[in-house]
This record gives sequence, C-alpha cells and structure tokens, in this order.
Amino acid sequence: MNPKKKKGWKEIPMAGVCWVPSTSYLTGDWKTYRPVWDSEKCTRCVLCHLFCPDGAITWKAQTNEMIFNYDYCKGCGICEAECPVDAISMKLEGEP
Amino acid sequence: MSSEWKFTAKEIAERTDLFMSGHRACAGCAPATVHRLVLKAIRGPTIATNSTGCMEVTSTIYPFTAWKIPWIHTAFETAAANASGIETALKVLKRKDRIEHEHVDVIAFGGDGGTFDIGIQALSGAVERGHDFLYVLYDNEAYMNTGIQRSGGTPLGAWTTTSPAGRRIPGKPQLKKPIADIMVAHEMPYVATASPAFWTDLLRKVRRGLEVDGPAFLHVIAPCPRGWRSDPSKSIAISRLAVETCTFPLWEATDGEYSLSAPSKVMALRPERKKTVTEYLKMQGRFRHLFKPEFEHVIGRIQETVNKRWHKLLGKCNIS
Repeated sequence: MNPKKKKGWKEIPMAGVCWVPSTSYLTGDWKTYRPVWDSEKCTRCVLCHLFCPDGAITWKAQTNEMIFNYDYCKGCGICEAECPVDAISMKLEGEP
Repeated sequence: MSSEWKFTAKEIAERTDLFMSGHRACAGCAPATVHRLVLKAIRGPTIATNSTGCMEVTSTIYPFTAWKIPWIHTAFETAAANASGIETALKVLKRKDRIEHEHVDVIAFGGDGGTFDIGIQALSGAVERGHDFLYVLYDNEAYMNTGIQRSGGTPLGAWTTTSPAGRRIPGKPQLKKPIADIMVAHEMPYVATASPAFWTDLLRKVRRGLEVDGPAFLHVIAPCPRGWRSDPSKSIAISRLAVETCTFPLWEATDGEYSLSAPSKVMALRPERKKTVTEYLKMQGRFRHLFKPEFEHVIGRIQETVNKRWHKLLGKCNIS
C-alpha cells in the first residue's frame, strides 16, 4: 500500500492499525553532521550499532564492515562520542 | 541473579532490529536506544504494549509503525492493564491448544509519567494479581512528549516548564520517587535497575525478567537531550555518569533480596572511583541555574540525598 495516497475510511484497516513500516519514512535529512567511518582504525566492537538510537549502523558479517545508513541517521553523534578508538568522525553535510 | 544467558556483542549485532529505523524520536534519544536493546534480548515470540509517551508517539505516527512485533496501545495509564489482559488471553488460548509456542512473552513499556504518576495503580494491580509480564520503565525524568512537564520521576532541582527555575525557586523542590523500591515492596519476583551505557547488564536483566515466573519490573535511565538540555551526542555518556556518581545505582532484587550489579559494585568496593554529582549536573542544562551562587546549596542537598540513598542501598545489599 502506498502511504502517500490518501485512503478513505472504507479502505484503511480497522481500529487504527498502523500498517506501513517506519522504514519507508526517511529521517536522514534531519541531520547537520554525518558520521564518517574509518575502516583502518575500527576494531569492529559494534558499540556504535548497539548505542545508535535509530539503528542506522549495522555490522555486515560477510565483509566484516560497518554499514552506515544515511537514510535514517539523524546525526546525533552518539557513535562518535562512544567510539573507543575514534574511528568515527562527524563531518558537516555537504562537505566531502 | 541476572540471567545466565551468554552472548557476544557481534551475536547481538546480528539479531534483527525489532524496533526499526525511521521512527521519529529526536536525534540522540536514549529511550529509542533502550527500546532497541530491550527488543534484542527477547527469547521468542513476544507481544509489546506501550503506555502513552514519547516512544509510543514517535514510533507509531499513523500509518507508520516502527515495531516488528505485535504491539498495542490504548491509553496513558493502561500499559500494565493491557499486559494483564494479553497475558490472560494467552493463557486461555494455550489451555484451548490454539497456540503452538511454548511461551509467548509480554513486555509493557512505560515512560516515567505513565509509571510514576498515571499508571501506578494499573501497575500495582497487575503485580498484585501476579501476571507473568515484564514492565520496562524508560525513565527520562519528565513528561517530555507534551513539552517537559515535571513528573514524580523528576529529580530535585531540575528545571521543567512546570517547575521553572527563577530568582527564588531552584527548579523542582521535591525529591524523585523511589519507584523501584516501591515495586520491591510489592514482593514481586524480580525488580532491577539498568542503564543503556552498561548494555550487557541491561540485556541480561531483560532476559532474566522474561525468564522469571510472574511479574518483573525493570527501571532504565534514559537521558532525553531535549528535556535535559544536554548535547545529543552525550546521551549515553550521561547515562554512564548517572551510575558512576551513584545518582542511579544499578541493582536487582530477586524475591526481595537486594544485590548490587557489577557497574555499581565497583563504586561500593572502590569508593574513590565514585564521582561527585557536580560532574553529572553540569552536563545538563536543566540544572544550569544550580551553578549560580544563590542556589549552590541545592547541589549540596542533591549530593546529600544521593549519599543517603546509596548508603541505604548498600545496607540492603549487606555491603557496609
């Protein structure tokens, strides 16, 4: 179902059930600073994944790398502050 | 004792996020981290219920939902009442052989407003009736969802819109209600406090709360950058400092027997590692007025209360 198209009361599910997964709503444009990951320094302790309020950082086991999903990252900087080896730095959006 | 469950950080990272991305909590929201971590510790089919509060509002803005598990919300005071109903319904369905799962867990999430003030009668009743569910209180110490009003969970001296700091009044004049001790007084099987900064401890306590037969209560501190007027990137650091200053000690009570958890035990055995509350207070803008010369005595009073409650806790844990 497309959430953009408005539905009439006959078409929506009963009892105010939310039916669209929130992942289809992108919160990435909220951020001012974006985290940049340094794969050399990173020890893959996955603390950034555990502490991220938005679940925007995931660990990919096959390639052993941290994936930053900028579609959802709100740029709070918890990952940078909590990284024990400073492998994450915050860069202003738009800067390379 | 917390759960015997053994895990590594990477095993936890490989578990699916049941509280999905795209929810609309503010940047740096620790309650969102708490919800993600709690749902990473579940052991099988689980049903969640929320009382009204930040995480209910931000996770389910119609028609979007951030929950990957069955979830229900009805009203502000009903998290525990909902959980009782769900648990009883499951019991009946089980008796009629209509569910094949061995156990279906029920978790109720409540904010501090929905637990300390509005939801306490429902919670007290559900615990008294002995329903098998886990109540997770994410404590951001005010009604943040409606715009930072004071609650029973707001600590002494904190600024909120309904306990404003002015020339005469230094923020909230009353103390924080010791809700976890009130729950222990219900003689329930398991009560614990946790902090997202000590995530292994939090995950084990959640698992333990689900494993026990009967009600379990988990009090989790969850800094709110908007309401605490703190830096969004420092949310986890503040929840760590809350433990290190003994403002929010980590303990668990199994059948009324108190025991200190590892992060707080360090403070008990090596008192020189215990930090002063000033360090905790100065990271938060809601305590900014306390650093004016006329209100400095309030900091003394906060430290005094923290020390008093800490020593009382050490006594309950048989550590002198």
